[in-house]
Amino acid sequence: MNNYYLKRTIRAVLTVWIVITLTFGMIRLLPGGPLEQLRGKLLRQGVSPSRVNAMIESYQNVRPNQSLPEQYYEYMTALLTGDLGQSFLQKEPVTAIIGDALPWTVFVMITSTLFIFLIAIVWGALMAYKEGTTFDLLSSSASILFAAVPFYVLGIGLVIVFGYQLELLPTGHRLSPEVEPGLSLLFVLDAVDHAILPIASMVITGAGLQVLAMRGNAIQVLGSDFVRVARLRGLSDQRISVRYVARNAILPMYTGFLTLIGFNLGGSIILEQVFSYPGIGYYMYQALEARDYPLMMGIFLVITVALVLAVYVADLTYGLIDPRVKSGDSREAY
Amino acid sequence: MKPTDSTSDADTAQPTIISDGTDTETFSFETSGSTVEVTWRERLRDFYEEFIYKPGLVAWDDRRTRIGAAIMSIYVFMGTLGAWLYPAPSTNQVERGLEPFETLSAPLGSTGSGQDVLAMVIHATPEMLIMVTAGGIFATGVAVIIGTVAGYKGGSVDRVLTSFSDVAMSIPGLPLVMVLAVVFRPRDPVLIGILLTINYWAGLGRSIRSQVLTLREESYVEASRTMGVSTPRILFKDIIPNLMPFVLVNFANAARYVVFASVGLYYLGVLPSSVDNWGLQLENAYSQAGALVGGGALYQLIAPMIAIMGIALGLILLAQGLDRVFNPRVRTRLAGETESTADEEDRETNTEVNM
Repeated sequence: MNNYYLKRTIRAVLTVWIVITLTFGMIRLLPGGPLEQLRGKLLRQGVSPSRVNAMIESYQNVRPNQSLPEQYYEYMTALLTGDLGQSFLQKEPVTAIIGDALPWTVFVMITSTLFIFLIAIVWGALMAYKEGTTFDLLSSSASILFAAVPFYVLGIGLVIVFGYQLELLPTGHRLSPEVEPGLSLLFVLDAVDHAILPIASMVITGAGLQVLAMRGNAIQVLGSDFVRVARLRGLSDQRISVRYVARNAILPMYTGFLTLIGFNLGGSIILEQVFSYPGIGYYMYQALEARDYPLMMGIFLVITVALVLAVYVADLTYGLIDPRVKSGDSREAY
Repeated sequence: MKPTDSTSDADTAQPTIISDGTDTETFSFETSGSTVEVTWRERLRDFYEEFIYKPGLVAWDDRRTRIGAAIMSIYVFMGTLGAWLYPAPSTNQVERGLEPFETLSAPLGSTGSGQDVLAMVIHATPEMLIMVTAGGIFATGVAVIIGTVAGYKGGSVDRVLTSFSDVAMSIPGLPLVMVLAVVFRPRDPVLIGILLTINYWAGLGRSIRSQVLTLREESYVEASRTMGVSTPRILFKDIIPNLMPFVLVNFANAARYVVFASVGLYYLGVLPSSVDNWGLQLENAYSQAGALVGGGALYQLIAPMIAIMGIALGLILLAQGLDRVFNPRVRTRLAGETESTADEEDRETNTEVNM
């Protein structure tokens, strides 16, 4: 048991290390972006090459004229001390930009994932109970139809209808310009107001397949022997549906929930672009456009670490949620 | 699902849905130096009957498969004959800013630069189909190879391959693809398809591995092993055929992922705009045509949106219909033949990822 936790932890750390190494490699692979332009410009202006290199180093954590292992060492130590380099687009440390943007993205993504699973569990269970009825058929069709819509397509549609045509909701940004972040009701309402459309487009398009998955789980549990026995024992319907069926049907969805949060963080790049919502996805796109590699790689690392952590937590806690699993190894959370 | 190994008694594999199971007993003789050579033709026919025709019959019984197949054939038609017959989009080919259903020369209207909207939709299809096929084949192919080898071999091979797919799975797909797109600037649709599924295979490989773990304990696999049949042969003849329906379901899922991701990345302008794509069309309509402000140019947005949703719908329906073949829980018509080879939960987690 303990052995499993230890192994799992080592693997998570190893994964993060490999990803860091990968990003290090990718930075070196990237075609000459603004760094090369900047270097050329500075050299033309007569700045001494050593000074140019020093400036570039502060941007990228990479010293061009060092040997590869040395560069790698410096890059790793800088990362371990929390230094992700300097964004030359925003003229700020990458960590500051991420620190500013991450909470917003996390807020949108966790809220939408929560809604997706709430809808999936309730609706899917209802469909399973009414299996074969018109309600089931209609809901299944609707789920498939909604799943066929990419979230950004629905997002564009929502912005056009509710933002531009009806002018009910804001078309972008995370807050109105006059609202200051703080613990006021106005701030909360304004933040929710700006987040409704992004959340709605994630939830409506994402719930379909989860509803179907929950329906499948619930149908399977409903057909199992222990539910029949519970019925024969004369237990109340409510007790059966909550304690016997719901618990068992929700279990397989638990890991999906955590991994979906991490997965959605990746999707935030497109989502936040559609809604011009300045979260990490938005900045990552900006960085890509401007070839702002330190910012791009910093956000890439953050999203990866989030995903690794989500899967790690899912793996470690599955045994707590489902006590039947003694060692996680046989039933790993993927 | 019974393993078939084609021997000369291929005739026993009648196109009936209930497999008789007699072919399992004879399958190994040819490996032990039998003189009966089975031609490739017979082998192919056997494979077709056992793994395409019979599952196809089951799947076809499902309304979802039929609708899905119909939708997909519309796209194939559009991508082949349509793109060949219908003139390609070019600037000023028709009057600028035509509304839909005004003239026959541009049935769905034209853009602000006089491009036929319908032509843009049609001529984006061939590349999309190539991308989808390439991505689907790459993702499922790599997953099958890694999953079966890891599951069957076990030991250190398994550990290495599993850790490899764990790492691949931990990297978020979309950001990775975007970074790679910037590095490589892919233009070839095949390459783009592969790039988009660069780590999509990982999750699928995991679930295939867990299924192989149960399959490898089957007696017919053990029989092959004791007879000294080589590992690749066991994998290709005994293991992989049993996974076919599952692989097909996930092929459709991977294809849908490729559609969503490619359109999204073209929309953002991350992929080089060398080929026509619905995402580019969306982007143009959204930013240039003033579709947002005026509302008059909405039709330019709706055409590519319908194209995207249509192909995604077709792929989901196909996957759901094919799922019946794979998933004994749903396959009630063939109750006698059901033999659960798969871990339900693994299957579920694989349909959960929705881009």
